[in-house]
Amino acid sequence: MTELAKKRPEFRNINAFRDLTTYRMTPAAWVSILHRASGAVMFLLLPFVLWMFDTSVSSEISFGTFKAAFNSGLGFAPGWFIKLVALALIWAYLHHLIAGLRHLWMDVSHEAVNKQFGKTSALATLVISVALTLVLAAKLFGLY
Amino acid sequence: MSDNYGYKRTVVGAHYGLRDWLSQRVTAALMALFTVIVLAQLVLTKGPIGYDRWASIFSSQWMKVLTFAVIVALAWHVWVGVRNIWMDYVKPVGLRLVLQIFTIVWLVGCAGWGIQVLWRL
Repeated sequence: MTELAKKRPEFRNINAFRDLTTYRMTPAAWVSILHRASGAVMFLLLPFVLWMFDTSVSSEISFGTFKAAFNSGLGFAPGWFIKLVALALIWAYLHHLIAGLRHLWMDVSHEAVNKQFGKTSALATLVISVALTLVLAAKLFGLY
Repeated sequence: MSDNYGYKRTVVGAHYGLRDWLSQRVTAALMALFTVIVLAQLVLTKGPIGYDRWASIFSSQWMKVLTFAVIVALAWHVWVGVRNIWMDYVKPVGLRLVLQIFTIVWLVGCAGWGIQVLWRL
């Protein structure tokens, strides 16, 4: 074995605690990991989504239960907490949708696959999803 | 190695990459379209949206059929995505199998619930 071959660096999977804290993440990296995180959040909250679908659509009475859950709470959970969970879902959905459209656009258009578009579209994804979330948060908490 | 290309290429792997990639995009497009359709019906409604209007969006037969397709698409889409998460982060085969079974049970159960709600409207 030559001296050069011995010294070749060996790359292994990153350690979440040792390596991730030292990373300077680009906008595209944030969009990527948040795409995954938002997907996981929606996966875990699927029963809540279905509960909302069920109660809101099944009958006049269950619709009342649905509204009351957001206004005065449900069981041990106060109304603001239900709203907060719904808001988490709203952000997750918006981020996942916009990041997904960005993916689809890059799949369709080869011109879009470059460093500059990767950065600007990632920033646009983050800004638009957070801005829309804030607008809907204000509506959800009755600011307008 | 010199003739490892074209029809002589040695194909390795599990052969589900393209299928997963394409199905995740097709199901995503369907769900995005569904979002637009539901939002359009909400936006085009004049006045406040009460129970009658909200339920009537999902009670028409074409919306039931479309929503059913979206529920199936969603379960499929999530299966591809969540399995990718397990494959990336969970290395012990036994634990990964347990998590994958949990994912399937979770998704099939949720899909069943959604379809039940839809078809008793």
